Amino acid sequence: MREFSQLINQLILTRSRNRKIELLNHYFRNTKNPDRGLALAILTGNLKIKNISISKIKEMIKEEVDPELFDLSYDYVGDLAETIALIWPYNQKGLVPKLSFIIDELESSSSTNITRLIKKYLSIFSENERWALIKLLSGGLRIGVSTRLTKLSLIHNTDIKISEIEKIWNGLEPPYLELFKWIFEKGVKPKIVVEKIFHPLMLAHPVEEKDFNKLNPEEFLAEWKWDGIRVQLVLFNSKIRIFSRTGDDISHTFPEIQNIENDLVVLDGELLVGNGFTPFKFNKLQQRLNRKKVSKNHLENFPAFVKLYDILFFKNRDLRSLGFTERRRILLNWHNKVQNKFFDLSEIFEFKTWEELINIKSKKLNKSEHEGLMIKRKNSVYISGRPKGHWYKWKNDPLVVDAVMMYAQRGHGKRSSYYSDFTFGLWDKDTIVPICKAYFGFNNEELDILDKFVRNNTIKKYGPVREVEKKFVVEIAFDSLDFSKRHKSGVALRFPRIKRLRQDKPTNEVINIELFKKKFIHY
Amino acid sequence: MDWVNKHLQIEPINTSIDPIFPVENAIITHAHADHAKPGHKNVLATKHTIEIMKIRYGENCANNFQELSFNSPLNINGVKVTFFPAGHILGSTQVLLEYKKDKINFTGDFKITKDDTCENFRPVNCDTLVTEATFGLPIFQHPDPEFEINKLIESIKNFPNRPHLIGVYALGKAQRLIKLLRNKGYDETIFIHGALEKICNYYIQSGINLGNLSKALIKGEKKDFNGKIILAPPSALKSTWSRRFIDPILSHASGWMSVKQRAKQSLVELPLLISDHADWNELISNINNSLAKNILVTHGREEALVHWCKKRGLKASALSIQGRDDSGEEI
Repeated sequence: MREFSQLINQLILTRSRNRKIELLNHYFRNTKNPDRGLALAILTGNLKIKNISISKIKEMIKEEVDPELFDLSYDYVGDLAETIALIWPYNQKGLVPKLSFIIDELESSSSTNITRLIKKYLSIFSENERWALIKLLSGGLRIGVSTRLTKLSLIHNTDIKISEIEKIWNGLEPPYLELFKWIFEKGVKPKIVVEKIFHPLMLAHPVEEKDFNKLNPEEFLAEWKWDGIRVQLVLFNSKIRIFSRTGDDISHTFPEIQNIENDLVVLDGELLVGNGFTPFKFNKLQQRLNRKKVSKNHLENFPAFVKLYDILFFKNRDLRSLGFTERRRILLNWHNKVQNKFFDLSEIFEFKTWEELINIKSKKLNKSEHEGLMIKRKNSVYISGRPKGHWYKWKNDPLVVDAVMMYAQRGHGKRSSYYSDFTFGLWDKDTIVPICKAYFGFNNEELDILDKFVRNNTIKKYGPVREVEKKFVVEIAFDSLDFSKRHKSGVALRFPRIKRLRQDKPTNEVINIELFKKKFIHY
Repeated sequence: MDWVNKHLQIEPINTSIDPIFPVENAIITHAHADHAKPGHKNVLATKHTIEIMKIRYGENCANNFQELSFNSPLNINGVKVTFFPAGHILGSTQVLLEYKKDKINFTGDFKITKDDTCENFRPVNCDTLVTEATFGLPIFQHPDPEFEINKLIESIKNFPNRPHLIGVYALGKAQRLIKLLRNKGYDETIFIHGALEKICNYYIQSGINLGNLSKALIKGEKKDFNGKIILAPPSALKSTWSRRFIDPILSHASGWMSVKQRAKQSLVELPLLISDHADWNELISNINNSLAKNILVTHGREEALVHWCKKRGLKASALSIQGRDDSGEEI
């Protein structure tokens, strides 16, 4: 535990990417199994201790520390693990066990014993070790080390390519004994079971019209960027598994989607709800997400289907090293053959010039169905992550509205202690009503301005929330506007973000809510 | 205490403590810029505070200066004023006021931890305590400064090829850090930013031995700073001035450095948790020791300390003084 807590402490304070890689590599090379494998699992978000949750951790700390003093401290620090590490009131002598021993003990604790065990550890640990323990329990380290960087550090100073790691990664499990043997002791490459795992998706870079002159149109194809959720489908043995973009298994949420084929097929597509392959607006799909039970009403009124973009595996063959055009040909043949009523092919556009594509977009784009266009290089191989130069997303221009800052709250992680989470509103007769929250889209200088404004213009405090003087106007960009029963204003903005600060603009020039609805809600 | 108002103005003698605007009569607790402003007519302060004010703002930064030594009561029209060391920086004082059997003590900025560069804190009994609360949250528990100095010395050993560039406030923190290093036996030349020079010289003249100091000028080669300690005001760390150092380790000596995310935000790789303010434990032990029944909390995170006092049956409230925001600067 000592070494691991020192490692993550050094990592959070190190700026240089290369130094981070060296620190990690040094740790992995010089730490014994299974500790290093467990550390790898923690750093990549693959270690979850059951029987403990963030709310339970908060409950636990409030048994030992005055709850009000804890809340004030937590609000100030903005990071649960750090707050607990700093505020923990006991300090006892005791031997700090190895990481693997601690994780064993935690994993084998019942939900009634686990908090007692955690308290025992907190009391014998140093501040740094307490911090590491709570990070490990709560997941999400927020120390400026991505999963990708961790994987790169493993293969640092070896001949192994990152793509080799990515391809097998989801088939590996902590404590990764075979993986370390392969990398550090010249062992054999670990074998994985393809049909059981999620294969990380290939993502695109944003592009705008002005960037087109740098690209040769003849090397590209285009297709709609459907406004649903990106999924990966793994078909095998008459079964189907549906993974979200982040690799969560969401099959149970869409039980109507079935497969009767035996062959292994891995597909990439967009999940939508609608009728006869015509999608409904996104907010209909949203109602089906994150639900434990699927209601009959939802199944009947909002049935799901998938627009297929790509194919990754076919009959045990990995197609990812083929070009996009070739993969689409295989996808087309397969789709024609199986005739599955849940799968539709996403239409492909060929074009000779960019003007042609701009034309297609202006004539055929339907804002309630399409988020924009995807532009894909014909010969692009399928690479997990966001490789440069292969795929581009050409999104619709966002909608914008000027709104007034109403409330602010401190942020978390690297924004802890800054007032960086804001609520914005519009006029409703002579008062201002909230329309959205936004907490990104600004740069560091703008954040300084916003933070300073909040501190100097607070008129009321509600716990951690500050109400501010209604005089700071900000331009909000958003993707669409829907009616919503959940919000006081009756509307919900999709993906709101701060586009520009408009301190120059007087509050009385901000529009009222009725006008706002009229202007935008038809999209 | 109806004779002192919330602007810390002592009404019977028309005198204010650390006023932020020019006034007729001011008592100045110490020479940091957020407490000592130029332009007052009459200033009452310790010898060191007056001398440092003159160095920073010029000989004529007030019309009249009156020195007052520690533990020597001064009677002004029925109000007895006594100074007791606050242990914050050289010359820093607490201000005890007695008027018609009522005793109010103003801690000013203070710390209880021993400091070889100033007169050390002395507890004062009173009826009403006006306490600072810069670190008024239980998360602030400053470690032994020696432990932090060891961290710095260790880092110099581990990274002999990188200059160690440490952000410190020019008055107080810089000299204390140097003194702590000297006490640990670090006898190499310590380099300082020009903005630190006058105050360092003043400390030396006042009998505080700081060893060999040199301005961080580029005379020889850039690599002469490798493995060396350079002190500069925090603002200089991000300025063009710092470009004269190759791949420096950025450090900052401050009580705020206990919060890792804060250190990370300010790009600090080597946080040194050395503070000239009382931490949570010192704040509450001083409240207990003062035997005061009425606590007024200023200058920092007041809410938590007020809550703590009330839970213990003490009368407590926050005094929000203009010009002292909670932007996170520890001076």
